[in-house]
Amino acid sequence: MSQVIFAEREDQIHETGGDKPFRISCDKQSLAGAVSQRACVFCGSRVVLYPIADALHLIHGPIGCASYTWDIRGALSSGPELHRYSFSTDLGETDVIFGGEGKLTRALDELIPLHQPQAAFVYSTCMVGLIGDDINAVCRKAEERHGIPVIPVMSEGFKGNKRAGYYAACNALFRLVGSGDISDIPPMAVNLLGDFNLAGEIWIIREYLERMGVSVVANVTGDGRVAQMQRAHGAALNLVQCSGSTMELAKMMQETYGIPFKRVSYLGVEDMAQALYDVAEFFGSDEAMEKAKELVREELGRIYPRLMELRESLEGKRAALYVGGAFKAFSLIKSFRLLGMKVVLAGSQTGTEEDYQELASICEPGTVIVDDANPLELMTYLIEKDVDVFVGGVKERPIAHKLGIGFVDHNHERKLALEGFVGMLNFAEEVAATALSPVWRFTPRRARRRLEAV
Amino acid sequence: MKNNLAKKHDYVSSTNACKACMPLGACIAFKGIEGCVPFLHGSQGCATYMRRYLISHYREPVDIASSALGEGEAVFGGGPNLKAGLVNVINKYQAKAVGIATTCLTETIGDNVPAIVREFLAEAVLEGSCTEMPALIHAATPSYAATHMEGFYAAVAATVAQLAEPGPRHEGINLLPGLISPADIRHLLEVAGDFGLEATLLPDYSRPLDAPASEAYEILPEGGTPLAAIKAMGGARASLALGWTPASQDAGRDLAERCGVPLHSPGLPLGLRASDELFAVLEEISGRPIPDKHVEERGRLLDAMVDGHKYLSGKRAVVYGEQDLVIGLSAFLAEIGITPVLCASGGRALNFGEKVHEFCDGLTRETPRVEAGIDFYRIAEISRELKPDLFVGHSKGYRMAREQGAPLVRVGMPIHDRIGGSRILHLGYRGAQQLYDRLVNAVLAQKQADSDVGYGYL
Repeated sequence: MSQVIFAEREDQIHETGGDKPFRISCDKQSLAGAVSQRACVFCGSRVVLYPIADALHLIHGPIGCASYTWDIRGALSSGPELHRYSFSTDLGETDVIFGGEGKLTRALDELIPLHQPQAAFVYSTCMVGLIGDDINAVCRKAEERHGIPVIPVMSEGFKGNKRAGYYAACNALFRLVGSGDISDIPPMAVNLLGDFNLAGEIWIIREYLERMGVSVVANVTGDGRVAQMQRAHGAALNLVQCSGSTMELAKMMQETYGIPFKRVSYLGVEDMAQALYDVAEFFGSDEAMEKAKELVREELGRIYPRLMELRESLEGKRAALYVGGAFKAFSLIKSFRLLGMKVVLAGSQTGTEEDYQELASICEPGTVIVDDANPLELMTYLIEKDVDVFVGGVKERPIAHKLGIGFVDHNHERKLALEGFVGMLNFAEEVAATALSPVWRFTPRRARRRLEAV
Repeated sequence: MKNNLAKKHDYVSSTNACKACMPLGACIAFKGIEGCVPFLHGSQGCATYMRRYLISHYREPVDIASSALGEGEAVFGGGPNLKAGLVNVINKYQAKAVGIATTCLTETIGDNVPAIVREFLAEAVLEGSCTEMPALIHAATPSYAATHMEGFYAAVAATVAQLAEPGPRHEGINLLPGLISPADIRHLLEVAGDFGLEATLLPDYSRPLDAPASEAYEILPEGGTPLAAIKAMGGARASLALGWTPASQDAGRDLAERCGVPLHSPGLPLGLRASDELFAVLEEISGRPIPDKHVEERGRLLDAMVDGHKYLSGKRAVVYGEQDLVIGLSAFLAEIGITPVLCASGGRALNFGEKVHEFCDGLTRETPRVEAGIDFYRIAEISRELKPDLFVGHSKGYRMAREQGAPLVRVGMPIHDRIGGSRILHLGYRGAQQLYDRLVNAVLAQKQADSDVGYGYL
């Protein structure tokens, strides 16, 4: 392996198809000094809870954590937009010395009457964990004073990696579940877990389900509302998309309320169709199944001609992907196959061993699988595998662009819907927009190769 | 004239901050030192969030290492992780310097970075091809103490304090700008060069944060102020400090007191008067008259100011951002006939109000209102009452401007809803010219958008 790989990280990288049996080490603390692409516990919690649009999201800590997360995501709301504000207690030096509980109390007392949220989430940051503010007590008292749920999110940045933040968020969400009236919920009703309504994606999925006669009780958490979460225990099934972030909640709901869950993905035509069939099958409804098949036929018919056109130009190009959760990677690999492209590198920030095992099993021989990568490793493999299009998030973009490689944004900041059948078309159009741009002819690395080829 | 506004609401919380935290500024400064990797001593999230923030503005790779502290280190101290992280970053990046900035976490647990670094230097055995120990610079940047502007100055001051040495004397000058754009840095170096001056500009992130397309991903981007040049800053014939620097983070004063380098502090050369001041200082230091090229540029600027004056006269603007930039922008707006009716910043450093009033005195029709330590929620509230004709500041004011139906002229950092934030030129006659054109054109575009007629000839 190339010399840029840290010895400590060798067991977090695997190339499929060799004589080595698959083994990958993951879910570890990031290596100091390695410029990990990962964030922290706070980030994990913020990602999950962020789209609940009628809640107050108050970040208890110095200003940075709030500044860097202000309105950066693409989660849309059909109503209130409180989630797009960035609230912070903006702790200063004296708060660090004398404690921030008083300031947190005053902040809640001024913000709740001003914005009238349905609930408040109070995020604990690194420093709050250290100075020992009892945010549980502050929240409990504020809840009594204001008559809305005021929920502490134990998301001190240093307390693990992003996954620990997901867990903290699920715990916070679970405090809402179970308190609402569920008497009017129809039998064929589901919750959508792990969808963040980026660019309105949850609206696409809800429309599909409605066409099948299935209702949605709670969007967890895209276009989310507190009252929906409170009624979530009235659904018959939990559909878990981003399993890394919301599987814990699904498990808690199964244990406490006996609600089963299914892992689904709405990315790519195969997985999208499968998700709809799974729902129909779960409810044992022939009618729903018929409607699902009809829907898939209709939607596919609408996008297929254009997809095949794009495939013609994209056939044979090589793709790499580095995403937050590993589950998303499966769908992306299938999507690229549909476009006639080959995935040569697949990695994630927070995959589990089972995720990677499954990933390895569907990848072609010679695919590099990597956990918790950094710019050096990504750069090395992008060049080595001669990638044409790289799928990642904002931090991965300049790596691709510097190497003269096309880039597609597939993280929470994107403003383009990629779910559902229309999403597959959007994805294909974006892949084509970058892969087919003439700009790569002129970028130094490719330009030199063209010269050499002549 | 007095602004007849409702009494200020004293919110204890912040809603939509008009500032970021100290380590962010430190990272930008460290990116401007040759071969330097910024290193945040704290939990992993800080480095990642700041990378993301800077990448979205500069659209360049910004590798920031972290000591990635976990719960154990938060309790028992981050020293071992800092040392392990330094070994990793030095070996893999072949860094010539590592800029270590603390975070709220490590400041609160009380990690003594200078002591840890001393221990590290005593213990360190480097492997691989990196045989020489890089310069290890450390800046105290507790996020709860100030803003990114102050973090920037703190890192520059730390660099000078730790690397610059008194003498030997040489003919070069030191240029210490504020937090300006890569385009500004390039322009300042050009101007100094035109006066025949060899300038050490610290920090110089003009190439690391605005690099040309290249063959490969540069692990350590070329460019940045060379370490040898920083070391020699103590022997320069003069220092020119262009921002308005917080007193405790004043690298120019340190060079004056410790190394006897005479300090000139003309402020940020934003607009006609401030640029005149810079050019006058350069004339004085170099003993040469202003080169014709710049005399011409000044003349062209003045000509444009005449051509466009009626479009701007009496217009009212809300200006926000880092304090030094807002002071400079206010001075510029005042001299071109726009009243900066609100000058706002999330920071609390500098004698902000005094400076704004000094520059606007006698030029504006209303007395500018100055707000330090403010957030965008409050800026928007006040703006709704003031009804400005335009907003001048970075991208974070976009929603406010959109709601209030006034154009936003983007300056400073972060610009993350447009391309080219790195290439906005603010400084000197040329920068003033470019800003001037953009301001007038924003007003003209709004005039057309608001018009029922759609005049195509204005």
